Amino acid sequence: MKAGTNLEKVLENGIFAVTAEAGPPRGAVPAVIQRKGELLKPYCDALNVTDNQTAIVRMSSLSGCILLKQLGVDPVMQIVCRDRNRIAIQSDVLGSVSLGIGNILCLSGDYQSFGDHPTAKSVYDLDSVQLIQVLHQMRDEKLFVSGEKITGELPIFIGAAENPYADPFEYRVLRLARKIRAGADFIQTQAIFDMEKFARWMEMVTDQGLDKKVHILAGVIPIRSVAMARYMKDYVSGIYVPDEIITRMQQAERPKEEGVRIGLEVIDQLKEVPGVHGVHIMAVGWEDIVPEMTERAGLLTRPVL
Amino acid sequence: MLISKQKPIDEILRYLTGEENIFLVGCKGCAEGCETGGEPQVLEMQQRLREAGKRVTGFSLIDFACNEQLTRMTLAAHDSQIAASDSLLMLCCGSGVQAAAAAVDKAVHPGCNTVSLGGSHAEWREGERCLECGDCVLDYTGGICPVAGCPKNLFHGPCGGSRGGRCEVHPDLPCVWQLIVERLTKLGKADKVDMLIPPKNWGVSLTGGPPPPPVSSPAKTSALQSEAKEV
Repeated sequence: MKAGTNLEKVLENGIFAVTAEAGPPRGAVPAVIQRKGELLKPYCDALNVTDNQTAIVRMSSLSGCILLKQLGVDPVMQIVCRDRNRIAIQSDVLGSVSLGIGNILCLSGDYQSFGDHPTAKSVYDLDSVQLIQVLHQMRDEKLFVSGEKITGELPIFIGAAENPYADPFEYRVLRLARKIRAGADFIQTQAIFDMEKFARWMEMVTDQGLDKKVHILAGVIPIRSVAMARYMKDYVSGIYVPDEIITRMQQAERPKEEGVRIGLEVIDQLKEVPGVHGVHIMAVGWEDIVPEMTERAGLLTRPVL
Repeated sequence: MLISKQKPIDEILRYLTGEENIFLVGCKGCAEGCETGGEPQVLEMQQRLREAGKRVTGFSLIDFACNEQLTRMTLAAHDSQIAASDSLLMLCCGSGVQAAAAAVDKAVHPGCNTVSLGGSHAEWREGERCLECGDCVLDYTGGICPVAGCPKNLFHGPCGGSRGGRCEVHPDLPCVWQLIVERLTKLGKADKVDMLIPPKNWGVSLTGGPPPPPVSSPAKTSALQSEAKEV
């Protein structure tokens, strides 16, 4: 065990894992994230707390994780490279581990021009692969980037993201392999809609035996409306929504139910894709649907380890 | 003037691992003024490469290597020598390295670190090519700069937003990492895209560090000094 978090235990026991996302509020009211934690706790093994996603200012991921931890939820702290340099990041990692946060997901971060502070100066002292390297070195060699010694243990279960739909396609598997070599223990992918392309990607992943070296959780986004589907297709970085999905949402009499159905079909197929070890449900602003989705997808009850 | 410093010879020789025939390029602009890539330095480098067992196929001094057209024309005159070479070693600023990379289908290695703009930027129609970061990575990236060309300064791109070869932040521009992957693949150097690049030394850059030291002082730090982990 690297960190002994609930997520790690579930994955190491070969159980098909379920993670979900709890976006922190645009304010300091703890109840917002506490409510999401209480709601989702029985339906997933760990909860990601995003780090100023889409470059919009929100409560910090670290504080969100602490609030969840207090409820007994296993949090996944997301760290983006956009806003903090190696000094701040390493310091936050020490702090979060000291508070019992064990899962950390390394991301480069959405560029600030997409968010509400486009005039901000970005940092990008490290990139996401270097961040993985840094956490790996901190945990396994007990060394900061500088080479100075860290006192005590630093149990971290290191996560990374990958987008099977970004270009160049063949190169994405190489990039995944590189993240694994850098030290990633688990991967959460961008949302999967085009199953055929994802299956091709996973085939390359399993051909190289990468699924034996890392736990891959495939991303699922339940779509609420055709407007949301169109918005994601046109404006959200890295998400690929096929026209067929837009048409289905457009023609549906009850779009919400159609969105859930699309999500359930995706989960059903994901369960059959070799090398997929779980799903990561990103119900952006629609967390209330996760209990129903996990129930209908046959993912309950979640194990107590 | 762009202020450059020659990289340590060990680092240069590391770039040339597995290569025998090297074409040398100097620059009679800023690099000559900095005494990093003028004729005496090119001749000295020729000697050092020979001592290291390399064959120098020829050399060229470009008036301003940062001028892409001029570099293209000057190198065209050395066509056969370049064809017989494994790579080009560039004693000039990062813009010059990239001008050569744009002109020839051979690996180009930076022989200098560009540490300061010293007044003005090199000119290239599509915009900034060298941000004078002081720790040149062009050897790892096929002669195309991700520090200047990728909004996120990624060293392991393309990011998840790259689609159809365009940059997600500036869709009117190409994704610089797509270009890097394509070029390294074309040169048969795809293994370079598979390397792990350790955290960069930003302490020598204009944005990250103290003012650059005088030109004549010896280099204290070198590019990604702890060697990038090979696969």
